[in-house]
Amino acid sequence: MMMAATTLAKIASSPMAGIFITLLAYKLAILLNKRCHGHPLTNTVLVGSLIVITLLLLSGISYERYMEGGRFILLLLGPATVALAVPLYHNLPKLRRAAGPLAIALCLGALAGILTALYLGQGLDLPHNVVLSLLPRSVTTPIAMGVSEAIGGIPALSATFVIVSGILGAVLVKPLFTWLGWRDDMVLGFATGLAAHGIGTARVFQLSETAGAFAGLAMGLNGLLTAVLVPLVVSWLM
Amino acid sequence: MLEMVLWLIGYQLLGEFIAHTLGLPVPGAVIGMLLLFITLLLRRSVPRGLQQHVPVLLSNMSLLFIPAGVGLLAWWPLLQESGWRLLLALVLSTLVPLLLSALVLKTLLGRLRARE
Repeated sequence: MMMAATTLAKIASSPMAGIFITLLAYKLAILLNKRCHGHPLTNTVLVGSLIVITLLLLSGISYERYMEGGRFILLLLGPATVALAVPLYHNLPKLRRAAGPLAIALCLGALAGILTALYLGQGLDLPHNVVLSLLPRSVTTPIAMGVSEAIGGIPALSATFVIVSGILGAVLVKPLFTWLGWRDDMVLGFATGLAAHGIGTARVFQLSETAGAFAGLAMGLNGLLTAVLVPLVVSWLM
Repeated sequence: MLEMVLWLIGYQLLGEFIAHTLGLPVPGAVIGMLLLFITLLLRRSVPRGLQQHVPVLLSNMSLLFIPAGVGLLAWWPLLQESGWRLLLALVLSTLVPLLLSALVLKTLLGRLRARE
């Protein structure tokens, strides 16, 4: 009995266990999402993460130990980001026609994201380094962490804000657009990718390829723009 | 499948190389995406391996964010401390750019269509 317990503990702490837990949680999240007819609150990132967190808390496996397997899955985000070029290429005619409006929406949206985070953070009296960590929150994790470090924020905290923003955007976008009566998939995708980066992009890919393609485009461009804008805003306004 | 993996990792590494050489604060994968897009523009077609398997990869992109989502666990105490103020800042600073960019894009596209 003792031996079985130690063997089990050994297996639970191998990287493969972290990978298995993540895949299992994802599978369960998809099943729940299907059963609830794609209800926004059953977002697969949100539910999947909560299932893993619950399993870790129940089993006493630490976050660090889990990440020994989890990081292999996180690593695949790189190639998946590169792959976004393919749906974008498929939407080339739409992209060509709308290049001007897209560029203007991108600049205004990027600036609005940074400034609302700055003024709200200051207005709500959040600690200075928390406000700095908030500024790059609408871009994909690796950019946000790099920018946060450069301006004196806390990179790991920025990464967490990125995830929360992404989940918020992914959960809220569809109900919000339905409520406003906005139907254009290109607009929906672009705005989601801009405000909710990869998690938003992953979400709108479930709606249509066009939405996903423009989300990926907005995510990439906003990442580039924010990396340039945030340090400028900090040196001018803080 | 193999062909897709080679394309994607190859372009990511190329992106990393460019980011490091030019000292850009941008992840290699984002530069890799732009480079692959330019390559597809020049080739005027999508290679078969990518055409077949990329949709499967992207439809499962949510999976790849779950380990990052679990990271919330590590910051829970601090998040609880700043509580509703932090949440309010996060909600609004996500919704404002989302709605503003959508509104701007929708309006400008509407004008573009009206002119055509």
